[in-house]
Amino acid sequence: MIHAKDINEQTPLEDLTPGGEIYEAGTARDFNTGSWRTDTPIFHAEKCKHCMLCVPFCPDSAIPVKDGKRLEFDYLHCKGCGVCETACPFAAITMVTGGEPK
Amino acid sequence: MLTNDMVEIRWHGRGGQGAKMACMLLAEVAGLEGKFVQGFPEYGPERMGAPITAYNRISDKRCSIHSNIYYPDYVVVLDETLLDSVDVCEGLKEGGAIIINTPGSPGQVRAKLRGWAGKVCTIDGRRISEEILGRNFPNTPLLAAVVKISGALAVDRFLADIEESFKHKFAAKPQVIEGNMATLKKSMEEVQVG
Amino acid sequence: MSNCFSGNEAVAYAMKQINPDVMGAFPITPSTEIPEYFAQYVANGEVNTEYVTVESEHSSMSVCIAAEAAGARSVCATSSCGLALMYEMLYVAASCRLPITLACVTRALSGPININNDHSDSMGARDTGWIQIYAENNQEAYDNFIMAMPIGETASVRLPVMTCMDGFITSHAVENIEFLDTEVVRKFVGEYNPENYLLKKENPLAVGPYDISAYYMEHKVLEAEAMKAAKARILEVADEFAKISGRHYGLFEEYRMEDAELAMVLIGSSAGTAKAAVDQLREQGVKAGLIKVRVFRPFPGEELAQALSKTKAVAVMDKSEGFSANGGPLFAETRSALYDLKQRPHLIDIVFGLGGRDLKTEDVENIFARLADIAATGETGPVYTHLGQRQRRK
Repeated sequence: MIHAKDINEQTPLEDLTPGGEIYEAGTARDFNTGSWRTDTPIFHAEKCKHCMLCVPFCPDSAIPVKDGKRLEFDYLHCKGCGVCETACPFAAITMVTGGEPK
Repeated sequence: MLTNDMVEIRWHGRGGQGAKMACMLLAEVAGLEGKFVQGFPEYGPERMGAPITAYNRISDKRCSIHSNIYYPDYVVVLDETLLDSVDVCEGLKEGGAIIINTPGSPGQVRAKLRGWAGKVCTIDGRRISEEILGRNFPNTPLLAAVVKISGALAVDRFLADIEESFKHKFAAKPQVIEGNMATLKKSMEEVQVG
Repeated sequence: MSNCFSGNEAVAYAMKQINPDVMGAFPITPSTEIPEYFAQYVANGEVNTEYVTVESEHSSMSVCIAAEAAGARSVCATSSCGLALMYEMLYVAASCRLPITLACVTRALSGPININNDHSDSMGARDTGWIQIYAENNQEAYDNFIMAMPIGETASVRLPVMTCMDGFITSHAVENIEFLDTEVVRKFVGEYNPENYLLKKENPLAVGPYDISAYYMEHKVLEAEAMKAAKARILEVADEFAKISGRHYGLFEEYRMEDAELAMVLIGSSAGTAKAAVDQLREQGVKAGLIKVRVFRPFPGEELAQALSKTKAVAVMDKSEGFSANGGPLFAETRSALYDLKQRPHLIDIVFGLGGRDLKTEDVENIFARLADIAATGETGPVYTHLGQRQRRK
């Protein structure tokens, strides 16, 4: 069975799936779509109350959560839209100019 | 009775009178008797009372023709008022017959048949149906009449097979079977040939 | 039990014997009786199909698509404007490679509004990626429906199948028919076991992803290859079907074609009427024959060309207009198929039977007389004409 990460624009049709089906879930993880940010969110862990408001607002699922705690941003998928900064009631997220977290 | 190997019947009625039902029933019973059959309706405007036609082919060989019947051996008319508006005898084969639901005699209706010189049969389907079934179902009497007149099926076997068919069809209301059987038998006795 | 059933009854009965997982149901004349009869089977507990009533045919096909993708065998029935309303979803079904089975009871398309038979609905859907198999009578409608799933569900094919019968002429006509035993049908059709499906927990599936142009062409070529592969599978299934039924089917039926010089190519119930006319002509010594196209998608081009290669003049009978101003769809396919022959017969196209206009045996005889004239003189005359309409003589 071919995996999504092995399909690209050089794949011959013989190796593609019927109807373009993808046989696994969560394949977005395999693709780095956060490489072009102009602004970047910075996470201030000391101010975070882990209220989880930012998580559902993120349109790119770039805020990982583990055991009820939010973790550092997933910068491979964050596009720097800044909605998390607005959503956060505790100023635990601030946006900085530029594509790299500083 | 005609001697060709296929009997073709054209039914004329009005939407709601049961011409299609009678046509389908005849096909079903003839099928039970080992005949190759077709029974099919032709719909015109979709309203109660619009003239409709239905057709039967009954043969010992399979018939592949799927057009309407233009040269019937028998014509059945469920509604006498159609005689004024429809040329019911059109294409009717010489040696065939027309069977009409009317209280009148063959002599009385012949004048309305636009020069048809062949056999005319009449039956007062309304009276028979109302007497026995309590309502006007002209299709049952006319079905009996065409079976008798055409000889397409042996009468005794037809009655036995249709009774079986009724038992299946009216499984939920078996009380109507007796009346329908009586209507069929009475109609076979009463049909007049002229 | 009676041995005479209408085409609609026959197809509903085939569905009952198959006992599919899901039916997407929305009624339209003349196919209404199929969901009607089937609803009765559901209500009686004679099948355990999930019967999903919806608000339109767009939705009934959507139900089938979703269910089939989830791993459930799905069926549907429709006609005319209903098929037209499914148009978008027909493409989705085929391109997602979901082997849904649809009974199409063919009927004219509006307008003017008309409920009677022609092939403008199914012919309008001929390029949607569905396999199309046409029936001459109720027996073939039943048989084709039973063969549809073993064809469509095969891994090398994986395409939806439209089994078509003529509205009213076949759907509402009671004729003798032989049904197979339910056990035999179930064994023949088998279980629907797709390799991957939405509800498979080992590898959840994504269906119908957005294809950018870097992928779309590849997927369309795969779909086209599947349609080509369907031809062999259709014949294979027909052979298997012959073993359980004694009835043999090909991509098309050749009727008295052995030494035929004049031939007719047509689809559906009219072929039966034409056969009777061919028999009459043969008795008069005319070397007449006909080809009834059963499988229109995939189109059996090479085989048809071969079958017509010895004829002198051929009339292609189109039961839909097409408005190409150059003849109907069956004509376009047939003429294209014959192009590669070194020696080709003369070819004419006759558009007939629109909106229930009847085809009589006399009509067929007249067409063969025209073909005889063409064969004798080598003059084709007007190539694309209509039959049976009222018209002033020119």
